[in-house]
Amino acid sequence: MNRVNLLQNRALRALLIPRWPQLGVQLAALAGLGILIAVGLVGSPVGNRNLAIVVVWIAWWALLMLMLVPFFGRLWCSVCPIPLPGEWLQRGAVLGPTASSRGSSGEARAQPRRRGLRWPSRLRNLWLQNATFVGLALTSLAILTQPRTTAWVLIVLVGSAIVVSLVFERRSFCRFLCPVGGVIGLYSQGAPLEVRVVDRDLCTRHIEKTCYTGSDQGYGCPWQVFPATLRTNVSCGTCFECLRTCPYDNVAVNLRPFGEDLFLPGPRRLDETFKALVLLGSVVTYAAVMLGPWGELKAAAAAVGTTAWLVYAGTFLVVTLAIAPGLYWIATSVGRAFSRVRATSAQVLRAFTPALVPLGITAWGAFSVSFLLANLSYLWPALSDPFASGWNLLGAAGVGWSPYASGVAPALQLAILLVGLTWAGAHVRRIADELGGGLRLALPVLAFTLVPTLGLMWLLVG
Amino acid sequence: MNTSKEGRGTKSAGATAKMAKPLLLLSLAVATIGLAPLPIRVAPPSVRHVHLQARSYEYSPALVLVNRGDRVTIELESTDVVHGIFVDGYQLEVKAVPGQPAGLTFIADRPGTFRLRCSVTCGPLHPFMVGRLRVAPDGTFWRAIAMAILALLAGLYLGARTLSRHSSPRPTDTP
Repeated sequence: MNRVNLLQNRALRALLIPRWPQLGVQLAALAGLGILIAVGLVGSPVGNRNLAIVVVWIAWWALLMLMLVPFFGRLWCSVCPIPLPGEWLQRGAVLGPTASSRGSSGEARAQPRRRGLRWPSRLRNLWLQNATFVGLALTSLAILTQPRTTAWVLIVLVGSAIVVSLVFERRSFCRFLCPVGGVIGLYSQGAPLEVRVVDRDLCTRHIEKTCYTGSDQGYGCPWQVFPATLRTNVSCGTCFECLRTCPYDNVAVNLRPFGEDLFLPGPRRLDETFKALVLLGSVVTYAAVMLGPWGELKAAAAAVGTTAWLVYAGTFLVVTLAIAPGLYWIATSVGRAFSRVRATSAQVLRAFTPALVPLGITAWGAFSVSFLLANLSYLWPALSDPFASGWNLLGAAGVGWSPYASGVAPALQLAILLVGLTWAGAHVRRIADELGGGLRLALPVLAFTLVPTLGLMWLLVG
Repeated sequence: MNTSKEGRGTKSAGATAKMAKPLLLLSLAVATIGLAPLPIRVAPPSVRHVHLQARSYEYSPALVLVNRGDRVTIELESTDVVHGIFVDGYQLEVKAVPGQPAGLTFIADRPGTFRLRCSVTCGPLHPFMVGRLRVAPDGTFWRAIAMAILALLAGLYLGARTLSRHSSPRPTDTP
């Protein structure tokens, strides 16, 4: 069994195609976001006592990295509250769509109130998302320990999404700017869930292409993707809009084997390769800062604007933008030289990108386990007394800190890292064989995959 | 069920069957590396007294080394604000206020490396204040390295034997 269309299940079909269920979750998420921003601004200034910090950086992040992305791909993007206000303003509707214009053949067609500009061609890639991620990462220790800073980051993200939605078409913010969206998109290639068309020929024959242009049933793809040409999850936000606009019921929500997108033949784009390397460099640096024993390093990372922080920021940039890509470049160059493959240096460099995806997913997963199990117990008192005003809503305001499963956490982290290494190693070998380089090409790249893994093993379980 | 390419279902089932045996062998090998006793001689149990200083999100020394069977007393001294220690795996805790060191005594009967975590909210970076207790004989990291190499070898095998697929050109994603 290769793929199963989940829409053949009536309950799931009734859940995914109508707008109300998705809108209900979106509204709940938006209400939650509003509460978290308020709590961040006026609640306890102590990070681990503040609901905004505990929910966003412990519960949500761990849920995202350990559950949502590995198993459901971009499903979070379908209910993420950050772009909703901007999208509603752009469309002039909350539930929508309303037939407000006519297509060339006179059919009703839902159009957003503001059509917006097309996102510039030169920026239709992951480079800006790489930049926004690094920008956020440089200040992350301050963000995830200071509730007000977290609240302001959320406000800035919502505000940016509104501005971009009012100027540019569709979900340009999510597709090209969101710092987390880039991470989710890259790693969603490993997930066993996808939205794809059933019969591409039918799409070719369909003149109106309502999945992209919109219809009275829904909006044209908000993620600016033509579903018939989708091969990976990177750019698909699983918003399910194409399920509603396809008049032929030709779009499926497939359950598939893990990592199917990684088999896509041919070199990937350089921005995707770079994204994968930046994320690998970041997770190792994060682990060293947050889980290492060096107090001065932690203090420097949190003291944004000071000389110590500038040194930290410079080091972070060197590790993520130079050392990680540099080591990878050396590995692929050595492999290419020894194997004498015909592919160019740039082609070999980009070709191994799929192997970096499982390595990254599992590295972030193992890293996130540390936070989740050690700090989840902070959630219960923060939920009981979100505004630090003496409430005890759940009767857990007095619950003390206690790490969960601290005895088995290292074994779990090690297992996650080993799965990633095996998975990555298999793709390295496959890609090396496809390029005609065999073991001689594969071995240096395999050595590269060991570097971040061993680094994390030492920091997490050593 | 929607099979997007004819024959892919059969191919996938075949690949899964091919992978089952190597994965089983891999799991056994990993379990052996993880559980096999280490041929390392450890000094006879003794009494250990460790003075541990806690300040600004770090412990000094950052790594506490003892042997299995040792009777360990950790004297925690906080030099700035109230700090604590929670010993992962041993589930032990002690807190110390500045000027009043506190002690924690236990028998180190579990070998391995365990995190020491601050158990008192001591400032914004409190959740990241960690140290390590290493109870010898501890081959955790060496076992991890061996497993990593094994994982790579397994990956090489799986990549060569089971992951070859059909190719198709990559299209653009906008019309």
